Amino acid sequence: MAASELDTRVRRGGFWSDTNRTGIASWIFSTDHKRIGLLYFYSTFGFFLVGVLLGLLLRIELMAPGRTIMGPQTYNALFTVHGVVMIFLFIIPGFQGSFGNLVMPIQIGARDVSFPRLNLFSWWIYMIGAVIVLTSLFTGGGPPDTGWTFYVPFSARTGTNVSLAVLGVFIIGFSSILTGLNFVTTIHRLRAAGMGWMRVPLFTWSLYATAWIQILATPILAITLVLVAAERMLGTGLFDPVQGGDPIMFQHLFWIYSHPAVYIMILPAMGVISDIIPVFSRKPIFGYKMIVFSTLAIAAAGSLVWGHHMFTSGMSDTAVLVFSFLTFIVAIPSAIKVFNWVTTLYKGSISLEAPMLFALSFILLFSIGGLSGLILGAAATDVHVHDTHFVVGHFHYVMFGGTGFAFFAAMHYWLPKFYGRRYAEKPALVGWALMFTGFNLMYFTMQVLGMKGMPRRYYDYLPEFATLNLVATVGSWILVTGLIIMLVNLFRGLWWGEPFAGNPWGGATLEWSTPTPPPTENFVEEPVVTHGPYDYKGSGIP
Amino acid sequence: MSEEQHIISYRKLAFVWVALLALTALTVGVTRVELGAYKVLAALAIACVKGGLVIAVFMHMKYEGRLLRWLLFLTLVTLAIFIGFTFFDVLYR
Repeated sequence: MAASELDTRVRRGGFWSDTNRTGIASWIFSTDHKRIGLLYFYSTFGFFLVGVLLGLLLRIELMAPGRTIMGPQTYNALFTVHGVVMIFLFIIPGFQGSFGNLVMPIQIGARDVSFPRLNLFSWWIYMIGAVIVLTSLFTGGGPPDTGWTFYVPFSARTGTNVSLAVLGVFIIGFSSILTGLNFVTTIHRLRAAGMGWMRVPLFTWSLYATAWIQILATPILAITLVLVAAERMLGTGLFDPVQGGDPIMFQHLFWIYSHPAVYIMILPAMGVISDIIPVFSRKPIFGYKMIVFSTLAIAAAGSLVWGHHMFTSGMSDTAVLVFSFLTFIVAIPSAIKVFNWVTTLYKGSISLEAPMLFALSFILLFSIGGLSGLILGAAATDVHVHDTHFVVGHFHYVMFGGTGFAFFAAMHYWLPKFYGRRYAEKPALVGWALMFTGFNLMYFTMQVLGMKGMPRRYYDYLPEFATLNLVATVGSWILVTGLIIMLVNLFRGLWWGEPFAGNPWGGATLEWSTPTPPPTENFVEEPVVTHGPYDYKGSGIP
Repeated sequence: MSEEQHIISYRKLAFVWVALLALTALTVGVTRVELGAYKVLAALAIACVKGGLVIAVFMHMKYEGRLLRWLLFLTLVTLAIFIGFTFFDVLYR
């Protein structure tokens, strides 16, 4: 072992130094939920950075009409890989795997998850799937060019390497199911004494709802991908009308998983926000029970709205009506959450530190994304903007402005707890401000472009869209500059920054009652919960 | 949940296996009878019985406690809802 590594571990203490393995083996064979959490964090976040790079290249290509830096086939491959990497390798496993693993067992007062070995296994499966997805880019007929949705009939016919890519995603699905099973069991069975269901922190509640979606919906994605492979390799004709099949059935199957998957992505983000806002407002969360209810309601109702992705597919008008109606229903629990966060802020003693700034921007960006979602959920307006840049702007507002910003909030809120060191505040604010500005410049402009009729997934466009596309591309540069500043500051702080100990934010959830960094089994003494997660008076926090 | 292991006799397992084979033969047989729209119904009914046998005997659900049975039921209901909702499209096209 290198002297510097030993030095860092001894200096950090807690779970960092308490291992009988050394080097990389102490990570990739560890069953400690915190080490697995960090494994997940670095692997998913690494893929996020790959996705960012691809997105940046796409924006550069769209900077001016015609060919800028790549040809149409490369463009098709890049937006597909950008989507597959961001969705399947970062945003679906990201929150559950990293902050779910790091924080959830401590929040409920457990020593680890219910099945630690299964937990490590799920990371290994995730990595195997990820390697297969990446292999598909460089082998066979080249990277898939179908878009991340793998729609038939194109995905059944294209000569690119779709089969290997869907195999990779299929395998990653199992990792998701295993994590879901583990979390449901852990939250049911391992809560500390005194932690009734109504004392469970909202982040853990959100993971619980998400875990159920993972268990119930992911198998349907697996089946769908097997059917695509069967269509490609055996010519089964399941989705081919000539052979009695139905191409729209693919879209149903795909979105039965992939729409609930949107909630796998956003629910944990909402949980993080529900945990951060009361801490930085010095006020108990407003309407705890309603937030719990809305979390479960989003998970349940959100599983029944997949058809709103298919309004222009040729499915029946009755289905359009039903799915449009149900989509509006999901807006209700989402709005309950936004209302409760804003009400928590009301008359609070707000401190605008980095986690809070990201959390506040989440509320705004998620609301813009959610409301633009209603424009897409209403069948009449959807026909106008379907498959335009408006859709791209909409889901980036929800996924990046929502989940992405919540992920950054969680990184600033929780990572210092596990490293025992913290970042500098000022550069974090500069990074946040640049990202927020660049983000809106890019994606709001894309929504306007969509309203004007610019289609998505097109490599070229009409000259009248040129100015706005240039604006969006400049926005992407500002966004990435902010991201780089944020990351350099955050990671430099985690390694060499000021010591971080005790409970500097003043959180009342259990993770703030353990030593920093937490010891291997999290608590020196088994905790007994005597107050709610946002009861600052009861926990003696000023 | 029953903690003790339940061992099913070879005789019983063989009986279920033969029953599954017989039901498979019945599925093939039904396709040769003129049933019109009821053909699908008949095939699905037989498939349900076969699935039920596999779940009850081969997957030991017959010997499990209430919790696991409810969980399985919940999962099947969820699947039924998913499939059912696609009929808003298929039936009204």
